[in-house]
Amino acid sequence: MRVIPVVASLLLCSAIVSTANAQDIADELAELRALLGVMQQDYEARISDLEERLARAEQLARGAKQDADEAFEIAEQTAIGQSSGASAANTFNPALGATLSGRYASIDQGWEEIPGFLPAGEIGTGDAGFSLGEVEVNLKANVDNRFFGNLTFAIHDEGGEVEVELEESWLQTTGLSNGLTLTGGRFFSANGYLNGFHRHADDFADRPLPYQAFLGGQYIVDGLQARWIAPTPLLFELGAEMNWGSGFPASANAEDAPGAYSIFAKLGGSVGVSNNWQVGVSWLSADAVERGAGHHQDEPDPGTFTGDSDLAVVDFVWKWAPNGNSGQRSFKLQGEYFSRSESGVFDTIDYDGDQAGWYIQGVWQFRPGWRVGLRHDVVDADSGPLLAGTELEDPGRQSSRDSLMLDWAPSEFGRLRLQFTDDRVLSKADQQWYLQYIMSLGAHGAHQF
Amino acid sequence: MRIYALFSLLIVCPLTAQAIDVFACEPEWGALLEELAGDAATVTVATTAFQDPHRLQAIPSLIAAVRQADLVVCTGADLEIGWLPLLLRRAGNAQIQTGNPGHFMASDFVRKLEIPKVIDRSQGDIHPQGNPHVHLDPRNIRRIANALAERLIEFDAPNAAFYATRLTEFQTRWSSAIDSWEERAVALAGLRLASHHRSFSYLANWLDLDIVANLESKPGVPPSGAQLAALLEKLNANPPVGVIRTPYENEKPSLWLSERLEIPALRLPYTTGSNPAVMDLFGLFDETLKLLEEQVQ
Repeated sequence: MRVIPVVASLLLCSAIVSTANAQDIADELAELRALLGVMQQDYEARISDLEERLARAEQLARGAKQDADEAFEIAEQTAIGQSSGASAANTFNPALGATLSGRYASIDQGWEEIPGFLPAGEIGTGDAGFSLGEVEVNLKANVDNRFFGNLTFAIHDEGGEVEVELEESWLQTTGLSNGLTLTGGRFFSANGYLNGFHRHADDFADRPLPYQAFLGGQYIVDGLQARWIAPTPLLFELGAEMNWGSGFPASANAEDAPGAYSIFAKLGGSVGVSNNWQVGVSWLSADAVERGAGHHQDEPDPGTFTGDSDLAVVDFVWKWAPNGNSGQRSFKLQGEYFSRSESGVFDTIDYDGDQAGWYIQGVWQFRPGWRVGLRHDVVDADSGPLLAGTELEDPGRQSSRDSLMLDWAPSEFGRLRLQFTDDRVLSKADQQWYLQYIMSLGAHGAHQF
Repeated sequence: MRIYALFSLLIVCPLTAQAIDVFACEPEWGALLEELAGDAATVTVATTAFQDPHRLQAIPSLIAAVRQADLVVCTGADLEIGWLPLLLRRAGNAQIQTGNPGHFMASDFVRKLEIPKVIDRSQGDIHPQGNPHVHLDPRNIRRIANALAERLIEFDAPNAAFYATRLTEFQTRWSSAIDSWEERAVALAGLRLASHHRSFSYLANWLDLDIVANLESKPGVPPSGAQLAALLEKLNANPPVGVIRTPYENEKPSLWLSERLEIPALRLPYTTGSNPAVMDLFGLFDETLKLLEEQVQ
């Protein structure tokens, strides 16, 4: 029985102790909670303080970047404003360019005349061996806000004597609108496709035979030209020219009236981006008065022609380049057909004849800077039996040639060309080789289509 | 409310039904005109991303287009020297001649890089006014956009509010795009690259890329085998991470070098329109950065 009170008192004690302990713990917990609360508040305050400072710093940084950007922009704008060059007396010099050319030719039997034709101008195979070609000097610039001016001298050596020729001297309107352009002075006629190009831009070392026979190499007009472009997506152009000069096939007319008139039309466009084409027709009517062959100055004139000379030319050109990017590979095919009708008096003989000629050529650029080309050119004189025994005697056969060329342009400004020609202009065939250089200095040339 | 709606209609749509005819020499200016003028301009773009703007010819279809243009928008700085002067002369159109409001040369409104100290053709087909490929720095696009919008307003005054709104809207989008590109560009700083032509100088200047070599030792002159071999030897010790070129440049020299240095040859878009990802100016820079970022990872 004594055991029971002992156990009971023990239990009681432990209960009292445990009650006391629980009280302490609760107090401590409350204390801790309070402490934590303070700490939390403290940290929150600090964090929000930090956040505020961070935001301020970010704002400052943004502002600094904005300031820096603005300062940069101001500096750039100042630099842009100041980047115009200084003024000098030569600031308005026209664009000046020169083209140098020369060649080495291997020719057994050259020619100065095409049998059955008597053109003026620079035609023929030229001399064998090394010879300088034409040196061309060109000046061009806007005259004012209405006119553009262009001047070209051709300088060549004629048997030891240096000759300067005024090849082009023309003014052109820039201030007209509605597709209208007027040109006046001495200029390359728009008749035919190749006629509008300088010879140094040709793809072969010499002009095709019909150009030599019918136009003396190039038809140059002293007069006026008007051309109009229609407001259409395709290029459709009409034009007319009046010539008072003596550029073959015209001859300087004693009267005030122009010696030659011509009209022309061109149509051109694109097929996709890779193909571009142009076709043209032209008709030239020249009134020749005692027209001679101008290139035999030291020899007696072989005869003069007085009468009407009408020339019709049909031309086409097609150029292809993958994606229209001619830097790597490209192909060009061009051809022209000439038909001439002359009637009048040669020396004292009445004559009426029709002549025709054509050429076709293709040029393939197979890698950057390298091209290969093939050309066939033909002229056919049909002067009739009346002129037998004269310089215009009908040879009874066609004159033709086949030429193969390879050229390399190390840059846009220089070109070296090797050409082989199987020449059947005279009755005896001739094999000719040409090695030619064409280099341009100064102003950048135009990429004429 | 109705009046307000009418007014806002005025700002978002051009007043006149007659769109102005614009001739743009390069695709990037066509894209900028699309942003600034939308349907208010009918734009003819002379070249595609696959055509070298140095080498174009004055082809018949372009003569016909310039003849009808009210405004010509080109790069200038002699980039189009071979063909644009001829187009202008042939077109019989007074409005777009040099010095008239219809003649807008984008590079006039930015500072050009690489202005040559020696102006001589022995240095290649150099541009005396400096590198003309100005559009690959988006900050230049921002400047040109301001000038172009001003020109459009000068041209088409009745639609001034329309152009001003489009400009503001474009510049807002463009500025935030520049910010995001510049953030991405931090990782590209100092990236070493070889480039075919100096087509990417403005991009490199903006992104702080390091163009260690140009494959064309003289601009515009195709590199010869000997020049490439010398370049290979020079780069062998410390090869760049890639060779970059435009869509119109000859891929052969790039591929030759890339194969030997065992580095990728990258065809960067250069301008708009070369693939579906780069149909506008935003896409052009997004895609260019993406292609460069792939070289860093």
